[in-house]
Amino acid sequence: MTLSLTRRAALAGLGGALAMPAIRPSFAQGAPIKVGVLHSLSGTMAISETALRDTVLMMIEWANAQGGVLGRKLEPVVVDPASNWPLFAEKARELLAVSKVDVTFGCWTSVSRKSVLPVFEELNGLLFYPVQYEGEEQSKNVFYTGAAPNQQAIPAVEYLMGKDGGEAKRIALLGTDYVYPRTTNRILRAFLNSKGISDADIMEEYTPFGHSDWQGIVSRVKRFAGEGKRTAIVSTINGDANVPFYRELGNQGIKAEDIPCVAFSVGEEELAGIDTKPLVGHLAAWNYFMSVPGKPNDDFKAMWKVYIRNDKRVTNDPMEATYTGFRMWMQAVAKAGTTSVDPVREAMYGQKVMAPCGYEEEMHRNHHLSKPVMIGEVQENGQFNVVYKTPAAIAAENWSPFIPENASRRG
Amino acid sequence: MNRILLVLMFLLAVVLPAAAQDSYLDALPGLAGGFGSQAEAVERLGASGDPRALPLLRALSEGQLRKRGTTILLPNGSDAATGQPADATDAETVRINNRVRSALRGALGRLQLVSISSDERFAAANSVFRSRSAENIPALEAAISRESVPRVRERQELALAASRLVAPEDAVKRQGIAILGGATSEDSRALLLEARATNPSLAGEIDAAVASIDSRLIYKRAAETLFQGLSLGSVLLLAALGLAITFGVMGVINMAHGEFVMLGAYTTFVVQEACRGIPWLLPWSLPLSVPAAFLVAGLAGAALERGLIRHLYGRPLETLLMTFGVGMILQQAVRLAFGAQNREVLSPAWMQGTLSLPGGILITQNRLWVIVFSLLVLGLALAAIRLTRFGLEMRAVVQNRRTAATMGIRTGRVDALTFAFGSGMAGMAGVALSQIDNVSPNLGTGYIIDSFMVVVFGGVGSLMGTLVGAMGLGVLNKVIEPWAGAVLAKVAVLVIIMLFIQRRPRGLFALKGRAAEA
Repeated sequence: MTLSLTRRAALAGLGGALAMPAIRPSFAQGAPIKVGVLHSLSGTMAISETALRDTVLMMIEWANAQGGVLGRKLEPVVVDPASNWPLFAEKARELLAVSKVDVTFGCWTSVSRKSVLPVFEELNGLLFYPVQYEGEEQSKNVFYTGAAPNQQAIPAVEYLMGKDGGEAKRIALLGTDYVYPRTTNRILRAFLNSKGISDADIMEEYTPFGHSDWQGIVSRVKRFAGEGKRTAIVSTINGDANVPFYRELGNQGIKAEDIPCVAFSVGEEELAGIDTKPLVGHLAAWNYFMSVPGKPNDDFKAMWKVYIRNDKRVTNDPMEATYTGFRMWMQAVAKAGTTSVDPVREAMYGQKVMAPCGYEEEMHRNHHLSKPVMIGEVQENGQFNVVYKTPAAIAAENWSPFIPENASRRG
Repeated sequence: MNRILLVLMFLLAVVLPAAAQDSYLDALPGLAGGFGSQAEAVERLGASGDPRALPLLRALSEGQLRKRGTTILLPNGSDAATGQPADATDAETVRINNRVRSALRGALGRLQLVSISSDERFAAANSVFRSRSAENIPALEAAISRESVPRVRERQELALAASRLVAPEDAVKRQGIAILGGATSEDSRALLLEARATNPSLAGEIDAAVASIDSRLIYKRAAETLFQGLSLGSVLLLAALGLAITFGVMGVINMAHGEFVMLGAYTTFVVQEACRGIPWLLPWSLPLSVPAAFLVAGLAGAALERGLIRHLYGRPLETLLMTFGVGMILQQAVRLAFGAQNREVLSPAWMQGTLSLPGGILITQNRLWVIVFSLLVLGLALAAIRLTRFGLEMRAVVQNRRTAATMGIRTGRVDALTFAFGSGMAGMAGVALSQIDNVSPNLGTGYIIDSFMVVVFGGVGSLMGTLVGAMGLGVLNKVIEPWAGAVLAKVAVLVIIMLFIQRRPRGLFALKGRAAEA
């Protein structure tokens, strides 16, 4: 279908469909606007982050196809921090001090974000962080376009405890051993306690990055479930350790009807390497799924297909958050009339974008988006069937009321 | 009068069969509603006894039902209520969730208790065991009286006991408790404990039954821990065997060893893709991958040895740095060729699922095959070294290079072959690891440290030491894990090895070789 079109022309057509006001169609004079891309292209996180680099490049091509921003062309500066957390800080400094980028899109793991945070604050840079995370953070130099715990983790556990989710009374918290799972599980434990689930009914286990031998843990979960109460697994396992984990669940015959497992870091991209037949019914909580119906998502998926030229590649939640953040930044720059960080930051507040998830998302003064919560069940084809979604977008509580020492910082 | 009678008779004729169908027709529209009403409809359909319910529920569980408004459409396009062809424009698939799926399992299980296939009856008994309800008791009793296959009958009796446990009368419940107490499974234990919360009057009997299950579960868990330890050990053994030759025998510190494992895993993927076009060959792609992976990794090893390593013999630090660099080049090359995404290697059917041993011990098939495979590879290595001409020359060169050379052995060629042999074994390990780990460019990095650990612990240069070391570390790890967690267990094992190496620097089985003399 698109064979006769060039990629650029097709993207321009899509751009027209998405109708961006305030963008003039031709380049005026002026140096190009530099956009930093800080995602791991090698190492253990490459599985997840490579697609985000592609998403940013796609957005830059799309923006240029309709005349750039403020009549200036966008120019990507791609660096590879190689899943190496200290290297993230070095590369961030390089982007800001040497390449002098106007904005950066990057990071996946919380540990990498924590590592670049001081650099962005010191040099007054602007970072868009597109992944759901544990909260307890708010920097004037970062816009968080992924979910905070109240937009993902807590609604998901509430669903498991509700009638549709199987009325779980015992929860196994399994995670990778770093800041995001530990903080999320701390919040969840406090939340579960507040709902009358005692510590005796909560199991918590951590594994290293890239863990592959899940036999012991999965059989301990089975034993944990043998106490006569409905049990569910809440997984904050990150990266490619998920593949052997799900394989072990399938091999040990743990069906979603008996012990459902809800994951916070497993999306379409991560499922691409797994045989999903034994996993039908296991859950994931996100703010977007590729299977969401509606025109905004159809346009987004079409745009991705045209750019990546591979029908098998999927879209996922962090890609959607990258897309939404990028468009908000473009709108804010157009509104501010400049790319300098301070005016753009002011212009960001209150920006709205019709996101591919089918809801209008708004950037609030706490640097977080309002987002809908969706819970999907894995299907045989590796896609998710949305079984629950909130009627409206929910504002983020980045300071969780369940972490006592930070609760007072809300507001 | 007659006319009235006729009308009455006519009405009866129409209404009576209709009454039997009522529950079917009444329940049907519920399938088009929300998950709650779907689950309720499924339960009513399962209880209706209508012959149309079974195919309908099957189609629902397979995701083949469609709906248009409140009309349910069968896979063949006809209206499920009337059986007539219906308009299917804009019909959408009926989607279900876990709640509906679990209701479906119970309903289908009940309907399939009388299936012709014994596998289906077995699955049905398991489903009814989980969905347990007092209404199932007569159906189960009838099924048991007709059942001739022992393993199905056993499951049916357990299912009956589970259903009796939720019956209203205490006497019936006691029958259930007695049978469940005789099983050795966590499921039965969970059911008993669940019943304990609602039946304080039966607490004593339930506790006794649970204690009896627990006393048997101890052995079962010990056996499972042992198996898991051996399984982890076999993975370590596979990863370390090649290294035991290149490092243990030749004394080359090869940091690219993990990447040869990774090459083996990618070879498995390529062979599988090549077999895709030929359906009968596909289940055999894994055995076919073994020689292919050996060749690919072996050739890569030979090239590395001839091209680079031989210039650095006797300079371990340079060798270490150089092979480390080669490893990174290989990783990035594979990432460029195959992409950063993990590649999916399918498991053949004979490697999936669990094997149930007597005593309720569950063993995952893929892990069992990996253990068998690791022992086969070890046997192959031993045979090659002990029984072949190449093995003899290799041992000669290791013991005394110059004397071997004077005997007419081309030592350079033997070095290359030995290194290729060790690398090829790493490639074979990659075939096995493709079944239990991710086929990604950084597959090997996770194993390189463990491999060195096993070789040093077992004794540099000794294959038997590698076997004992790998299995010992595997079991040790799994024994510590339940108390300490996965992260601390790894740390603890590392500390134990460090202490051990302090006492015995040459490992469990110290051998003489070029490395030992150095």
